[in-house]
Amino acid sequence: MELTALSGGFENTAHQSATAFRAIMNVMARPGVIETVTGAVPPKGLSTAAGSLLLTLCDPETGVHLAGELDSEPVRDWLTFHTGAPIVAAPQADFALGAWDDLLPLTQYAIGTDQYPDRSATLIVELPALTQSGVTLTGPGIRDSAQLSLPALEPFRLNAALFPLGCDFFFTAGDKIAALPRTTKPEPTPCM
Amino acid sequence: MSDYNFAYLDEQTKRMIRRAILKGLAIPGYQVPFASREMPMPYGWGTGGVQVTAACLTPDDTLKVIDQGADDTTNAVSIRRFFEKTAAVGVTQATSVATVIQTRHRIPEEPLNEDQILVYQVPIPEPLRFLEPRETETRKMHALEEYGLMHVKLFEDISQHGQIATAYAYPVKVEGRYVMDPSPIPRFDNPKMEMSAIQLFGAGREQRIYAIPPYTQVVSLDFDDYPFEASKADGACALCGADHTYLDEVIVDDDGGRMFVCSDTDYCESRRQAGHIGEQGTPYGKDAA
Repeated sequence: MELTALSGGFENTAHQSATAFRAIMNVMARPGVIETVTGAVPPKGLSTAAGSLLLTLCDPETGVHLAGELDSEPVRDWLTFHTGAPIVAAPQADFALGAWDDLLPLTQYAIGTDQYPDRSATLIVELPALTQSGVTLTGPGIRDSAQLSLPALEPFRLNAALFPLGCDFFFTAGDKIAALPRTTKPEPTPCM
Repeated sequence: MSDYNFAYLDEQTKRMIRRAILKGLAIPGYQVPFASREMPMPYGWGTGGVQVTAACLTPDDTLKVIDQGADDTTNAVSIRRFFEKTAAVGVTQATSVATVIQTRHRIPEEPLNEDQILVYQVPIPEPLRFLEPRETETRKMHALEEYGLMHVKLFEDISQHGQIATAYAYPVKVEGRYVMDPSPIPRFDNPKMEMSAIQLFGAGREQRIYAIPPYTQVVSLDFDDYPFEASKADGACALCGADHTYLDEVIVDDDGGRMFVCSDTDYCESRRQAGHIGEQGTPYGKDAA
C-alpha cells in the first residue's frame, strides 16, 4: 500500500461530512442543481466531488463497485483505508463509481424490489464537465423544468420508467456535483 | 471542546441515516427502514426527528423547533437545548431566520423558502397501520399500490358522520404513487405540503424515514362528491385577530369560557408586533399581566 492512500481524508470528519451531505442532499432533492463539495483529496483519476461523496456516504456496510479505469490500486487502497467499504461486483453494489461508458450496461445494477425499492444502487458518474444545459428535466424537486448535461438520454428514460424501482445517479466533475433520482423525467431539449 | 461528537450521533450512524434520507428523496412518500438508535429522550418525544435533524445539521445552521406550532413548550425547548449543547448551532424562534426547522404536528404559517428544511417528528409512519396491523401485509399493499382500504375508511367517515371526519394525519398521495401519513398535522396544513423547502420525516420507534422533495405533488385523498377541505376552527385569534391561521382552543375558566389563539406562536407574535390586535389582545409590549 502506497503512503498516499493514507492521506486525503476529511480533516474534521464530523463538520466536513455534514457540510458535504447538505450539498449532496440538496442536489438529490433538486435535480438539475449543481453544488460544490470539497474536503477529500482523492488519488489521481478520482474527482474531489466523487471522493468527498464516497467519504460522506460509504462505510463497511456499503459495497462499492469500481468500474473501468477507476478500478485501480490507488483508488482501491484509498477507498478501503478511509471508508472500509468492501469492493464488490456490479450486481451487489450499493454504490458504483466510474466514467459513463465504463458503468454500462445499467441493467446489471440492483433496482430494488417491489416491497423494498430503496434497496437499489446509487451510481456515481464521473464526467469531464457539468453544466446546466442539454437534457430537459421535469419531476419532483423541479419547479418548472431544469437542464443538465447528462451523458445520455435513453438509459435515463428507461430507468425513470421503472419507478418506483430504479437506480439513482450522482454526476461529478471536479468539485461540482449534481444528481438525477429515478423520479426525474428527462426529455430532449427542443431546438430554439 | 464539546464532550459530544458534532450533533450527538456517531459518524457511522449519521452515514446510515444520510443514505436513508437520499433514498427517501429519490422515492417520495416511500418509508425507508433505518436502524433507529436509542436517544437520550423517550420514544414519542421526537427521537426520529432528532436523528434526522442530527444527520442534516451543519455548524452554520440556525435551528428552530416547534411543538404544535409553539416554540416555548417542553418538547421544543428541550430539543432546541439538546442541539445547542451537542452541535453548538444557533437557534431561533423566527421562522424566516431558521435554516432547519424540526416540527411536531404543525407546518409554520409563514411559507418556507428554498434554503430551508422541515423535519417532522412522526409517531406512526404507516398510514394503513390502523386498518391493517401486519407489517408484511401493509408492505405488500404499498408494493401493489393497493389503497382501496384507505378509501373505504374515508367512505365510512362519510356514512357515519356525513363528512370526512379525519381532522389530523389526513392521508395524502405523493406524486401519484405512495399513500403517506403526513404525521399528525391538522388537515388545515395539508395543502402547504407542496412547498419549496425539503421535507423530511423521521419515526424513531417505528424506524422509518421518508421524504418529500420540493415542488412535489401531494394530494389529500378524497372523493369527487366529497372533496378535501382544509378546515380550521371558526373564529379569529384573540391576540392578533388573524382569521386565516390554524387556531388552538384555550379553556380560560371553569364556566366553559374559551378563547382561540394562533397555534403558530412566532407568527402570532410577529403579527402583534406589526400592530394587529385581536379581541382580547393588548398592543404589543404592553401586556396586561
